[in-house]
Amino acid sequence: MQRLRHGDEVAHLLTLIFAALILLLTSMLVYELWVNSHLSRTKFGWMFFWTRVWDPIFNNFGAAPFIYGTLVTSIVSLVIAVPLGLAAAIFLSELAPRKISDTISFLIDLLAAVPSVIYGLLGIFIVVPLMRTEIGPHLIKWFGHVPYLSVLFKPPNYGVGFFTAGIVLAIMVVPFIISVSREVLLTVPREQREAALALGATHWESTWKVVVPWARTGIMGSIFLALARALGETMAVTMVIGNDPKIAASLFAPGYTIAAVIANEFTEATGDLYLSALIELGLVLFLMTFILNGLARIMIVATERGGGQPA
Amino acid sequence: MNRLRLIWRKSLNVVALTLTGVAALAVVSILFLILGYLIYNGGKSLSWDFFTKLPKPVGETGGGMANAIVGSLKLLLLAALMGIPVGLMAGVYLAEFGGKTFSFVIRYTTDLLNGVPSIVIGIFAYSLAVLPVKHFSALAGGVALGIMVIPITVRSTEQFLRAVPGTLREGAMALGASKWKTIATVILPAAKGGIITGVLLALARVAGETAPLLFTAFSNRFWSPGWSQPIASLPVMIYTYAIAPYDDWHRQAWAAGLVLLALVLVANVGTRLALSRGGAARSV
Repeated sequence: MQRLRHGDEVAHLLTLIFAALILLLTSMLVYELWVNSHLSRTKFGWMFFWTRVWDPIFNNFGAAPFIYGTLVTSIVSLVIAVPLGLAAAIFLSELAPRKISDTISFLIDLLAAVPSVIYGLLGIFIVVPLMRTEIGPHLIKWFGHVPYLSVLFKPPNYGVGFFTAGIVLAIMVVPFIISVSREVLLTVPREQREAALALGATHWESTWKVVVPWARTGIMGSIFLALARALGETMAVTMVIGNDPKIAASLFAPGYTIAAVIANEFTEATGDLYLSALIELGLVLFLMTFILNGLARIMIVATERGGGQPA
Repeated sequence: MNRLRLIWRKSLNVVALTLTGVAALAVVSILFLILGYLIYNGGKSLSWDFFTKLPKPVGETGGGMANAIVGSLKLLLLAALMGIPVGLMAGVYLAEFGGKTFSFVIRYTTDLLNGVPSIVIGIFAYSLAVLPVKHFSALAGGVALGIMVIPITVRSTEQFLRAVPGTLREGAMALGASKWKTIATVILPAAKGGIITGVLLALARVAGETAPLLFTAFSNRFWSPGWSQPIASLPVMIYTYAIAPYDDWHRQAWAAGLVLLALVLVANVGTRLALSRGGAARSV
């Protein structure tokens, strides 16, 4: 009896060590990012975030163009992906028969499994030319003279740029929005739908005014999750954004993102300060996704636990 | 007036619901578009040479990516060796031993690690395995991918262990088996199917990762014997070839894309189908 219990304790301890290893690994990740960005942090301080210059030759580094590019491409992607994803999720949870819904969800999960470099490949050879000859000119024609919007849709349009990156990102994050939103929508109690229908609401009204508001915290969570993905996405964006560290209002202008500049310049970074600045960019990216993921997780759990307050 | 409003509400209903269907269809059709493009463009340029030859020097046409295929497999092997044991054991801990607070911390950290952008994992692996020795290596690439395997394995292992019916556990315990004996001989075998699926999905995911390899495994136009030299991999090759200005390289990038996508999708479809039909379903 004593021997057996002894075995249990060994097993407990052994698995505990491996679990603790994950904790150790993650803290080491933060530590390494912090320590290795020391040079850049002490030299530039908070100005790092506002400086618009990225000049490896004179050792002057600012993160502003990259943060701007990361945010703009992510916002564009959400503007496209959120309506599309939410609509698809509504279809899958409210309308489609279970079997069809499951099949489509399976296919959408496959879409999420496609490696990002393949999205980049399609981006370069399919989306960029399409953007240059078809989508771009049309958008400029339609929105180029609309007050306020015209700033965003200005020529020249090279095919690469914020908008193209946004489109590719939208396709990459939409599966996350759909699968999480669908699951959250499926947890909405049946009585909610029936009550709305019994009051004479149409199917759409019951969905839009009762079911969706009930699940809105979880849906927001899925959007945050998608945003975190979009911010950190590297390869596909690097291949279509044009890689030019400039801040331009037009969505057709080439830009740069945090992940893309790390991917492009890390191996070529000569000098400690240069490398340190790139690692500080990595730290910034880590913190952004860390906060978003944390918020998303809390929101999704809150809704699935019977959460959403009826509006 | 009331009648008009009714017509409006009913048409809105039809239009809005139709649009949701269109949205779902649009997203699914993207998958088929991707498949179509890769099969068309990749199939054209896929040849026997692609699997058996080394890349040719710049300017010469032909050649293949044999070294990148082997490289990817070697990197996956390293990732599996490093990531799976940690993931499995931690998963067992969370499902079978964990206390409340510490388990919560581990779970939260695992999710956090899962959400770290792959390029940042690359920086981490660089500072662990490249900086100290001052050169890129297959080993460093394996470290990067191995770290990414861990969180996916942990969560799927925990999930499938928890799905094992309590009666099995109680049965084993009632026969006098210790807790560890119960886990090793009853619970793990019962959850085997699901756990293997989770591991395969984790490997399929990191097989397509490019960003963490750029400055860990780097790349190589030749064979890379052993584990301590830079090594080529399919995703990095696709990237390098796609952004290069040569038509022949573009063709090869499509071919490599087709091979990579086929691998990843076959692994995904295969494991998911096995999961929904086979033995694992019983324990879920």
